[in-house]
Amino acid sequence: MKKPLLKLDNLSHVYYSVREETVALKHISLEVKEGEFFGLVGPSGSGKTTLLSIMAGVLTPTEGQIQLSEGDIHTDVGYMLQHDHLFEWRSIYDNVILGLEINRKKTPENLQYAEELLKKYGLHEFMKHHPQELSGGMRQRAALIRTLVLRPKIILLDEPFSALDYQTRLSVAEDVRAIIKNEGLTAILVTHDISEALSLCDRIAVLTARPATVKATHEVPLEGDSFERREDARFAAYFKAIWKELEIHEEKSTINRTSTISEPPNSE
Amino acid sequence: MKKKVLSIEHQRFLNRRTRSKVIVLACQLGLLVLFLGLWELLAAYEVIDSFITSSPSRIWATFIDLAKGDLWRHALTTLAETVVAFLLSFLIGTTVAVLLWLSDGVRRVLEPYLVVLNALPKIALGPIIIIWVGAGPQAIVTMALLISVIITTINTLTGFISISKEKLLLMKTLHANKWQTLWKLVIPANASTITACLKVNVGMSWVGTIMGEYLVSRAGLGYLIVYGGQVFNLSLVMCATVVLCLLAAAMYLAVSLLSKLVERRLS
Ligand SMILES: Nc1ncnc2c1ncn2[C@@H]1O[C@H](COP(=O)(O)OP(=O)(O)O)[C@@H](O)[C@H]1O
Ligand SMILES: [Mg+2]
Repeated sequence: MKKPLLKLDNLSHVYYSVREETVALKHISLEVKEGEFFGLVGPSGSGKTTLLSIMAGVLTPTEGQIQLSEGDIHTDVGYMLQHDHLFEWRSIYDNVILGLEINRKKTPENLQYAEELLKKYGLHEFMKHHPQELSGGMRQRAALIRTLVLRPKIILLDEPFSALDYQTRLSVAEDVRAIIKNEGLTAILVTHDISEALSLCDRIAVLTARPATVKATHEVPLEGDSFERREDARFAAYFKAIWKELEIHEEKSTINRTSTISEPPNSE
Repeated sequence: MKKKVLSIEHQRFLNRRTRSKVIVLACQLGLLVLFLGLWELLAAYEVIDSFITSSPSRIWATFIDLAKGDLWRHALTTLAETVVAFLLSFLIGTTVAVLLWLSDGVRRVLEPYLVVLNALPKIALGPIIIIWVGAGPQAIVTMALLISVIITTINTLTGFISISKEKLLLMKTLHANKWQTLWKLVIPANASTITACLKVNVGMSWVGTIMGEYLVSRAGLGYLIVYGGQVFNLSLVMCATVVLCLLAAAMYLAVSLLSKLVERRLS
């Protein structure tokens, strides 16, 4: 059995403004296990980014607890945003070691690790180049490496592919999945794209529209890389099941059901 | 740089570009020569009154005359005042912008004051400045400083604040503190804002210095201009103005070269 690594206990979050209060999250409880690629699927504006910000320690929840069984959310969680936000005035190498500079961890070992990662993931020859010379996919890989050099235990991915065009998106998603599995990391991916979640994740939690609550959690027993998963005969049925859950917004159940998605009926 | 073999089309394009550059330069010089020539001729044939308009040759004669005497002292005085005001306004302006960026509270308190100070015509402060700092070069520098420092602060601060929330969030997820965010993100991202501000400030500092010299001075190009006007020596006025023009242009050129260097180093 895999150990639980991150535990969210009854998290709620409310944003206040002059005119109103926006309840973004309501009673969210989740457990993410070590080495797991965990997916959070929910409609746009449901509160996914809010949830990730809390996990990354940049936002304090209004209510509830968050626990990391090993380490500290302020140092052991890496965050990858929707856009790569590479700094144009820095070379790829300097972008990648930005976190090391900030955290005063520019030791020879860490710098070597950064270079190894660049080499391993095909960016070595672009080290001295500037971000605007790289393709969208390469930039996103560089952004991931910028997170990886800090050796986080968990990586949070906030719709990191949504800014890419469809073709690039599939291959970058696969790159990211492979890198994360390769480095033995735990990852939490937020997306509103069901097929993206299915092609990458070991387990998926479906969120309701705002305020986000966990509607259901599904194991995804698909095997192989993200392309093979998409080819799997069961893919369409899983897709449909989650699609249905996403569409029903009326009943805002706070019950946390865990189930394996039922086998597809004879496909028609 | 690698040498590439250019296609004929490309070569043609480059030739056209060079040609158009040459034409523009020729027109620019031609315009100047035409203007000076016309002025000289009209004055020589007494179509215009050279007592009031002076003429290129008279200005030249005055220049030669002055160059043997006091011109350099006057030019240097004005240049020194301008450069000091320019540097001070940059230093003070950006420092204040950094402080205001660091503290949201202080910024909100001071913002309306900045706006009012910016709107105020600084020349109105002339008498106050003279009484407070004394009627000397220090008053002139103060005047020039006041003219450019507020706008430097405002422009720099606006650039600082316009950094996207997402980029700030990135710095936060990398655990950066405010100083690190400032040095690694905010300042480099605003390099072009800052250099643009510097270029504008060159002009502002000259305006301030000359205004200051009109108010109080015993030396400087502004002083020469006022003096020349009082004794109705238009050649002196024009000569000092031309020297002023050249100095301002030279300073602008130096600053924009410096800006280019800084921007290139950053990217
Ligand atoms: N800083 C904020 N202040 C007020 N409301 C916010 C803030 N950030 C997000 N919200 C609101 O909270 C809700 C959830 O936002 P978000 O977590 O970004 O959703 P998602 O990432 O799922 O699209 C949205 O309705 C949004 O308008
Ligand atoms: Mg979002």
